[in-house]
Amino acid sequence: MSARDNILARVRSGLGLPGNVPGAERDKARAYIAEQPRGPRPTYGWSDGVARFCERSEKLGSSVDRVGSLAEVPQAVARYLQSKTLPTSAVIWPVLNALPWAAAGLAVQARSAQDSDLVGITGAFCAVAETGTLMLLSGKDTPATVSLLPETHIALVDVTRIVPGMEEAWALMKAEQGAPPRAVNFVSGPSRTADIEQTIVIGAHGPYRVHVVCYG
Amino acid sequence: MLLTSSSFKRNVRRKLEDPSLQRNMKRFGGRFVEARAAVMTEVDNLEEIRVAAAAIRDRSLANLDSYLMEFEAQAQARGTQVHWAETAQDVNRILIEIARSNGVRKIVKSKSMVSEESGLNDAVAAAGMQAIETDLGEYILQLAEEPPSHIIAPAIHKSVEEVAQLFSEKHHTPRQTDIPALCREAREQLRPHFLSADMGISGGNFLIAETGSVVIVTNEGNGRMVTTLPRIHVAITGIEKVLPTLNDFSTVVRLLTRSATGQSITNYVSMLTGPRREGDQDGPEQSHIILVDSGRSRLLGTELQQALRCIRCGACMNHCPVYQNIGGHAYGWVYPGPIGAVLTPSYVGLENALDLPQASTLCGACQVVCPVKIPLPELMRVLREKSFQQGLRPWHERWSIFLWRTAASHPRLYAGLTRLAVRLLRRLGGKDRLLHRLPGLDGWTEGRDMPAPSGQTFRELYRKRQS
Ligand code: SF4
Repeated sequence: MSARDNILARVRSGLGLPGNVPGAERDKARAYIAEQPRGPRPTYGWSDGVARFCERSEKLGSSVDRVGSLAEVPQAVARYLQSKTLPTSAVIWPVLNALPWAAAGLAVQARSAQDSDLVGITGAFCAVAETGTLMLLSGKDTPATVSLLPETHIALVDVTRIVPGMEEAWALMKAEQGAPPRAVNFVSGPSRTADIEQTIVIGAHGPYRVHVVCYG
Repeated sequence: MLLTSSSFKRNVRRKLEDPSLQRNMKRFGGRFVEARAAVMTEVDNLEEIRVAAAAIRDRSLANLDSYLMEFEAQAQARGTQVHWAETAQDVNRILIEIARSNGVRKIVKSKSMVSEESGLNDAVAAAGMQAIETDLGEYILQLAEEPPSHIIAPAIHKSVEEVAQLFSEKHHTPRQTDIPALCREAREQLRPHFLSADMGISGGNFLIAETGSVVIVTNEGNGRMVTTLPRIHVAITGIEKVLPTLNDFSTVVRLLTRSATGQSITNYVSMLTGPRREGDQDGPEQSHIILVDSGRSRLLGTELQQALRCIRCGACMNHCPVYQNIGGHAYGWVYPGPIGAVLTPSYVGLENALDLPQASTLCGACQVVCPVKIPLPELMRVLREKSFQQGLRPWHERWSIFLWRTAASHPRLYAGLTRLAVRLLRRLGGKDRLLHRLPGLDGWTEGRDMPAPSGQTFRELYRKRQS
């Protein structure tokens, strides 16, 4: 017998289940998975999801900006980078390539990120109001490294895609994409560590800064 | 990891007499406790969610084989290779086979407690490969050649001065004691390794049966690096970590991060499903997962099954007065604190960790904070009972219990003996009515005096009151 069969057999006998392979129980497990019941969650004491998202993002150490439309985003990004005296060249998600970046004075490259990239600009599949979290899905036009390697991560969030909780985020993913992509990353503020004397330090291996631009 | 749980008492003595550890544990003190308490005020229905989270974990365990098979089928359908390890040694063997057959030389690791169980880093080094820990705490410990002392804050026992000294010696850099500067130094040391490694190893906080995914819950970003940059990703985790659905995960993670570090959510929650897809510019070309039994299945069907609900938040150790005083190393294996006192004897054999279930006052703090309601004191009591039944307790303890039982089941004898004892003790108490030493129990009187009894037994006093 293989290690797999041995382990599964030990599990079954430990649990006192009859036979070697699950029959009816596996159907029951499948039925539960298909049903996907939602568990209880804290009372959401807010009604304006966008305001909640922005407030929680700032609490996580991100900075937040708000513009009227996607077309205004490059200008807003340029303003942010200048105000922080950060470089005006950036790596961006290919899916954002059509925006007027050059007109805003930004030099962008649409690809996955390299170690030398200092600013990374991504969109977001959606965002979660409860915790101020961005949900990023990997894909050929949305490479995961852009939100990870550069010291500064700028994320563009469509305000119509801010959902109340993580449960709604999963539901949206399944409705629009079916199966999950290679990587789903929920990002909540700049990377941090508290491994030395429990002192929180912003900027561990990932970005030092997360700037969120909400549009729409 | 080297098992030293059998010398627990000696370990404890050493730790209590170690001034720098004592200083560091004092500083550790209540920080996690306060952070947890503060963030829990966001959750108005904490008890309701705890009950739900415990039920979710119970559901997974009650049909563990079904959910594992479901997980396996989904993972394979998305291109993940699923391996099964019966023992800790099997974990090392499987990992090294994957590495060898792919010409791997350098491995970067994010935190995996299961890989500590098997001493993976040593095995990998013996096979001629390099494994580099990248979680800051684990990286510090790898340099210091020490095991972790906490499941989520592994270097909690080290001070900034110790880290500064270590970095300057190992990196050949000027000594600096500024914590952010030390973190940047580690980042700069590790970044090239992320970019040049052939393989990334991660743990897995959860497995999702619905999608065949592994989820990791992290703050530093190193977990994302090791699962994204190298061409091979291997996740190693216990078979008990499976959750049926993404919605179940959403419920459980609300409690996990709050209980662990006092965060509403950690910086990164990453769900990984298979290798890079057609057209993807990043992500590993191969995705593997090693499902580890190594003693876990033995707990199923016993009272100790409840311990498998554990989601490794660390709250039980943060709140444990014993852990707060002795730190994690004294427990002598991978999992310290109350959950370690239950898991270590269960995984490595009760006879090898006999004193761990005794290392508790049964104050109950751990059970009160456990997000999945594991009755830890009760489970420690079960293990105590077992160790007595199996004749594993030392002879003097067994004899004392035998004598006490004999006396207690003969009321006259009991009355006579206690009458004698209280008079004797009163005598020994002298004028200040305090016993400075109790023969055979000097451990107890070492740090305190025992008040001498009044000279009369409870029964005598009771009878007097009645008449
Ligand atoms: S036993 Fe409970 S409190 Fe302790 S680590 Fe596990 S889940 Fe957390």
